[in-house]
Amino acid sequence: MARIGVFICHCGENISATVDCAKVANTIAKINGVAYSTDYKYMCSDPGQTLIKDAIREKHLTGVVVAACSPRMHEPTFRKAVAEAGLNSFLCEMANLREHVSWVHEKAESTTQKAIDIVRTLVEKVKKNQPLDPIKVPVTKRAVVIGGGVAGIQAALDIANCGHEVVMIEREPSIGGHMSQLSETFPTLDCSQCILTPRMVEVAQHPNITLYTYAEVIGLEGFIGNFKVKVRKKSKSLDEDLCTGCGLCTTKCPVKKIPSEFEQGLGFRPAIYVPFPQAVPNKPVIDRINCTYYTKGKCRVCEKVCPTKAIRFDQEDEIVDIEAGALVLATGFNILKTNFFPEYGYGKYKDVIDGLQFERLASASGPTLGEIRRPSDGKVPEKIVFVACAGSRDPAKGIEYCSKICCMYTAKHAMLYKHKVHNGEAYVFYMDIRAGGKNYEEFVRRAIAEDDAKYVRGRVSTIYERDGKLIVKGADTLLNGRPVEIEADMVVLATAGIANHGAEELAQTLHVSYDAYKFFAEAHPKLKPVETNTAGIFLAGACQAPKDIPESVAAASGAAVKVAALFSNDELTRDPLVAVVNRFGPPLFSTCVGCFMCQPVCPYQAIEKEEIKDRAGNVFKVLAKVNPGLCQGCGTCVALCRSKSIDIYGYTNQQVYQEVVALLNE
Amino acid sequence: MKLGYYPGCSLKGGSREYKESVVAVCRKFDIHLVEVPDWNCCGATAAHNMNKELSLALPARILAQAESAGLDEIVVPCAACYNRLKVTQHEMAHQPELAEKVKAILGMEYKGSTSILNIIQLIEKYILPNLDDHYYRPFNYKAACYYGCLLVRPHSILQFDRAEDPQTMDEAIRKIGGTPVDWEFKVECCGAGMSVSRTDLVAKLTGKVVENALYRKAEVIIVACPMCHSNLDMRRPDVNKYLGVETTIPVLYITQAIGLAVGIDEKTLGLQRHFVPVHLPERNEIVDMPAELVTTQGKEE
Repeated sequence: MARIGVFICHCGENISATVDCAKVANTIAKINGVAYSTDYKYMCSDPGQTLIKDAIREKHLTGVVVAACSPRMHEPTFRKAVAEAGLNSFLCEMANLREHVSWVHEKAESTTQKAIDIVRTLVEKVKKNQPLDPIKVPVTKRAVVIGGGVAGIQAALDIANCGHEVVMIEREPSIGGHMSQLSETFPTLDCSQCILTPRMVEVAQHPNITLYTYAEVIGLEGFIGNFKVKVRKKSKSLDEDLCTGCGLCTTKCPVKKIPSEFEQGLGFRPAIYVPFPQAVPNKPVIDRINCTYYTKGKCRVCEKVCPTKAIRFDQEDEIVDIEAGALVLATGFNILKTNFFPEYGYGKYKDVIDGLQFERLASASGPTLGEIRRPSDGKVPEKIVFVACAGSRDPAKGIEYCSKICCMYTAKHAMLYKHKVHNGEAYVFYMDIRAGGKNYEEFVRRAIAEDDAKYVRGRVSTIYERDGKLIVKGADTLLNGRPVEIEADMVVLATAGIANHGAEELAQTLHVSYDAYKFFAEAHPKLKPVETNTAGIFLAGACQAPKDIPESVAAASGAAVKVAALFSNDELTRDPLVAVVNRFGPPLFSTCVGCFMCQPVCPYQAIEKEEIKDRAGNVFKVLAKVNPGLCQGCGTCVALCRSKSIDIYGYTNQQVYQEVVALLNE
Repeated sequence: MKLGYYPGCSLKGGSREYKESVVAVCRKFDIHLVEVPDWNCCGATAAHNMNKELSLALPARILAQAESAGLDEIVVPCAACYNRLKVTQHEMAHQPELAEKVKAILGMEYKGSTSILNIIQLIEKYILPNLDDHYYRPFNYKAACYYGCLLVRPHSILQFDRAEDPQTMDEAIRKIGGTPVDWEFKVECCGAGMSVSRTDLVAKLTGKVVENALYRKAEVIIVACPMCHSNLDMRRPDVNKYLGVETTIPVLYITQAIGLAVGIDEKTLGLQRHFVPVHLPERNEIVDMPAELVTTQGKEE
């Protein structure tokens, strides 16, 4: 005879404001098999959990229903409490009275009735629950970090320093990411290269880190602890072991006028190139789209000049499989470009540039060696207008979010400009100044007070060129919206930070969820900020949302700790809520007829063939068998099984049937 | 072919030449314009400054009249009327409670199914594809296409062209052999209704538009809005006073430019009605003529 305990939580006022919790408890108490039913203000609190544990011991309960919030957050909490009182944790179920009832309905009699109905079905279900044991799976203690920007570097180093193997995969020919393009960094104005390049070298030299540059992830199989990552190493047309990185080929390459990605189009590179002098690895790749040999069939100058004969024109892409226990996504972000801003003339006027381009102009290693010179004629601009929120916070442009980093880097840009061009004038058009962060507000104030950046609160309506000047028209909303017109020599747009190109495809390859803007989604915005909804895959840096360097690094270390925690066990325990093909003794063995309809529909390749043999070793029956290590409990095979031979532990056909019957029998 | 047509007050009054050219061009292309029966004022700026429901009820009645006359597609040449009709249709579709109130005020059936075309959409849809059949001579001038505000904004409702840098009128001018200039003031404000109360402001705002068109070496300004036209044309003396220059650049409706290209005579197009005299130089030589139009050059109907 079942002895079920039911615990109705008020969730403060979240549930009790619309649901009569006492009435629910009283009604449920009358159900056959319910031995105990009560309500309490905070069931997840220590007294609440004690209430459950005491009831289990005193009333000799055989099952528990906690009617509270969504199981997503607190099912583990209550299952743990139940286990502490000596009951198998899978004999505890949650009824979701918050998201499914109180938050979506007004206070009414019918609302309370719905709560009662939901609890009632769960009571019937839990009567059929079976004790289950967690599944143990081995862990491959190797992490794959995708993306070699500052976040990826931090995560890789942290994990590697814990003694675990790391494979870093970077799409570009060099690691370093956007941070390697930056001039100085806020709020301390320390040189970006000086703090980053030593970390890049550390990655390359770390005994625990394997670095694949010019490589992309093209497939993922497996599950937490046991992933198999498929990587395409794009051909560099180079034997990396022979190449010494002398750079002779890059100086002799006849194709010299390719806009450099690293210089944001403000400088040029040859067809065989190293993105920047401090690149890691400091060995070139051939850009086959622009190389004369690949386009026209002759040239091979690099091959002739190479002292170690390292050029390999016939090298092909290589596909490698990496076994890994965890993944860290650190694929970064990008900034909005092109004709998104016809009113600002971006792409039309050479001297209207974006923030990353300004970083290159201000960088000591940039195309102007750190002198602020405008792209059109190389003159030192006497007046620069900086436009914050170019695209961000603008529903008309389809980007409603704040890009977060622009307020700070715009202040930094204004400051750098004033430091280099003392007589210059810097105007900043802004909506609000969002300078939340340690020493951030002080930094912006310094730009305004000490470096005389002229901040104008208002938006720019249009920018056009006239007699070699850029006319910037805007409004000063602190002066009653008075129109402002500035004749500038150069304009810098703080364009919106957006998801990196290819983010959506990667998310789909890895089965990671992403938001409407293609940024990767965290498992919980507050309490699981570096986890994804896919177990074993973690997030670091700006692939999740626009983030500055300190935040990216913090997130990366957070993700690294999660990976290290995962690797601290030799085995993982997983919920045993997996599919199982029924088995009986001989002569039936199973109702499975071996049609294997279930096999092609399984998204996780978890269904195997099991052969039943007689004593002579002859196969006389073939059955489907679910590999519990691979199964994710999605239930597709259950729906497809023609002979109803597959069930999911915790959600058996019988349990679901009981629930339906309970609903129908008022 | 039959097409519904809502002239609004401007086309019956101050901008008769707009109406004349619309009708003439449509006739040339066998489009029979059917006026919405018993139409009323669209409410213009006045209504939506005073009373939300009134501002919707007026255009809604026009649309309901069109529906009851069986006109499922109407052209609205005046940019202000077009804007009011489109906004009304949008609000009625997206705010059910408000729509119910407005329908009660109307006391007639309103489905909101009418497709509303502005003049450029009409040109794109029915004129340009058949241009070859009627092409007479290239409109061989450098033209500043001026869109103003009402034709392209708010983009979320009108969903027409690019709000900040529209291109459709430029494209039409290119098709009839003209050269649209790349200029900066194509969507700047002309001063609109301030024409009456603050002529000085209109002179300043419109003055900047004229000045920029001239700076970009335009020979003619092309418009698709009676309000823009009256400010650019009728207020030219004030504009000239503001600029301190006697500017003579003529302002043509897009339909007048097309009319010239398809060989409709100037009088029928109402060119003589402009305040700024239209003296476009005779230009028979073909300059920058689009290749696809060369074959039909000089063909008479």
